[in-house]
Amino acid sequence: MKSLAELEAIRKKTIDNVNQRTDRTTTRIVVGMATCGIAAGARPVLLAILDEVKKLGLGDVSVVQTGCIGVCRLEPIVEVIRPGEEKVTYIKMDAEKAKKVVDEHVAGGKVCDEYVMHIVDGHVVNDYTVKHD
Amino acid sequence: MEFYRSQVLVCGGTGCTSSGSNDICAALKSELAAKGLDKEVEVVKTGCFGLCELGPIVIVYPEGAFYSQVKVEDVTELVEEHLLKGRIVKRLVYHDAIEDDKIKSLNKVGFYAKQERIALKNCGVIDPENIDEYLAFDGYKALEKALTQMTPLDVINEMKKSGLRGRGGGGFPTGLKWEFAYKQNNPQKYIICNADEGDPGAFMDRSVLEGDPHSVLEAMAIGGYAIGANMGFIYVRAEYPIAVKRLEVAIDQAREYGLLGKNIFETGFDFDVEIRLGAGAFVCGEETALIHSIEGHRGMPTPKPPFPAVSGLWGKPTVINNVETYANIPQIINKGADWFASIGTEKSKGTKVFALGGKITNTGLVEIPMGTTLREVIYEMGGGIPNNKKFKAVQTGGPSGGCITAESLDTPIEYDTLVALGSMMGSGGMIVMDEDNCMVDVARFFLDFTREESCGKCTPCRVGTKRMLEMLEKITEGKATLEDLDKLEKLALSIKTSALCGLGQTAPNPVLSTLKYFRDEYEAHVVDKKCPSGVCKALLQYTIVDDVCKKCGLCVKACPVGAISGKVKEQFIIDQDKCVKCGACMEKCPFKAIVKK
Repeated sequence: MKSLAELEAIRKKTIDNVNQRTDRTTTRIVVGMATCGIAAGARPVLLAILDEVKKLGLGDVSVVQTGCIGVCRLEPIVEVIRPGEEKVTYIKMDAEKAKKVVDEHVAGGKVCDEYVMHIVDGHVVNDYTVKHD
Repeated sequence: MEFYRSQVLVCGGTGCTSSGSNDICAALKSELAAKGLDKEVEVVKTGCFGLCELGPIVIVYPEGAFYSQVKVEDVTELVEEHLLKGRIVKRLVYHDAIEDDKIKSLNKVGFYAKQERIALKNCGVIDPENIDEYLAFDGYKALEKALTQMTPLDVINEMKKSGLRGRGGGGFPTGLKWEFAYKQNNPQKYIICNADEGDPGAFMDRSVLEGDPHSVLEAMAIGGYAIGANMGFIYVRAEYPIAVKRLEVAIDQAREYGLLGKNIFETGFDFDVEIRLGAGAFVCGEETALIHSIEGHRGMPTPKPPFPAVSGLWGKPTVINNVETYANIPQIINKGADWFASIGTEKSKGTKVFALGGKITNTGLVEIPMGTTLREVIYEMGGGIPNNKKFKAVQTGGPSGGCITAESLDTPIEYDTLVALGSMMGSGGMIVMDEDNCMVDVARFFLDFTREESCGKCTPCRVGTKRMLEMLEKITEGKATLEDLDKLEKLALSIKTSALCGLGQTAPNPVLSTLKYFRDEYEAHVVDKKCPSGVCKALLQYTIVDDVCKKCGLCVKACPVGAISGKVKEQFIIDQDKCVKCGACMEKCPFKAIVKK
């Protein structure tokens, strides 16, 4: 059982983990693992990320699962928040793409532009299956 | 391996090849060589993108620029502008681009701009299996505040002041419900969370449980404190295994931290939660049936009163709230009733989560302030109807709700406005239908569902839904008369007033609302024996348009029942008696010479 003071200490300790703003100190990789994400193939994506982070020996990187972000049609979704940077949302991921994101973005600091959303006329165009399915 | 800075993908599927993608490939290669870019840019021929009607398709990476209907004449410009100068040729981009932007964060997409996330605040942000992350976003602070700074009556008054109404469908004020249970003088009371989400196409509760289970646990504990209950049950569908697992993890973690169990925060308040699995019966979402199911009896409703707040689980005063209702509560306690009441409209406070489905571009979940119009939800957040089809209706409230037509799209979403339109808020399913949906068939679908899910206890529902379904089937088969339409309406109205529980009372709603707004479609089925949307098989005929037909004979091979006869270069005819209306010939015909009417 935790006392109120202990709970407050946990809050303080964890806040940087979940901080969505640019003033965080560690990198956070979030994989959408609700029913929609898992059905779209999020599990191999998560495993590939864990694997790659371990392989590259990246410290200060936490990899976590999360619930439904809302745009189920763009799953599997991976979000990367690095210290000092805006959150980056990658859509329609697979294990290969995820590895590349860890290599180039998380480790190398270069956003993988080809996997972010491309919006044309209010529609996500790299998601061409959607309008004509 | 050579390194290319850019890749140009050209569709080499059958559709695009026949519209000339081979020539484009060749032109690209020679143009790139002429500009000396052939070592930097790779041309790749790919398989079908599935967008054959807009072919040939060309995609340029890394930008992901998606060009459609590219012609050989466009290639020079494409290479010159895009590959040499790095400027996307907007003229050729799929769907008449006016803006072109790479969006790095989901938060900046239009989809999110109008949303206001309260119930879904943590969904997609925190790790649902890590209590520390929930704590970090002020988790369990509301419970702390309630237990240490508020009396049970304070909590109830705060809930009443916030104006929160039940999100499960009924829309009953939560604070009032709690007050009824609070006033009961009984040493044993219960709190129940209704997570038996059964409406076809609705998955709001599942998402909350999967994404933020602790918010529900915290709210149940607050509710327990307010009404004087020390035990809570979550009744969740067994079909939601991930939600169940995360709830189990969350309950264990909360117990470990002493946030559930004995003497929480050393205030002397005990509260614990257990999970009960539902076995997939829709009627168990009805509160009295749900209570019987938890008690171990058959899940059948009983008449109200007595209301559960007076005599519920094992005869004890019981509060039942829906998952989404609970998910709002910790924030109401934390930020205050006035904050919550400032969102939404006069009679409907706060936000509502909707599951968008059907003929809509952005299938998914949205949480909007009450009072947002249907048009904003469907067109701005939902991205409109795919394939340039025309909007016909939106169905809200699942099998208990009704349809809302294009004329009412500017109605603000509130409990009462939707009821006035003959539909309801319901639990939050929103199914969009376009011109290809037959409204009689939609009504038949929902009746088929409620007939199957009827528990059989009361006659109006058990027999009435069966009879209504039979009438609807008669209509879709073209065997009905205009008299049947009147009979159907009369029967629907009498079931509405005589059925025992909410399931039966609302089962006729899909029929009544489609009859009200789309009577012409019903009449077309009955009088003209036609289905205007081309859905009802019995009323369809596939015919070959002789002028368009190139007499290739592909349809003959495609037909599984040998209903098409004819010789190559002569006339082909479909034998209507043999035809099973599978549509295989229509799919196969390269010239669109086969039509269904």
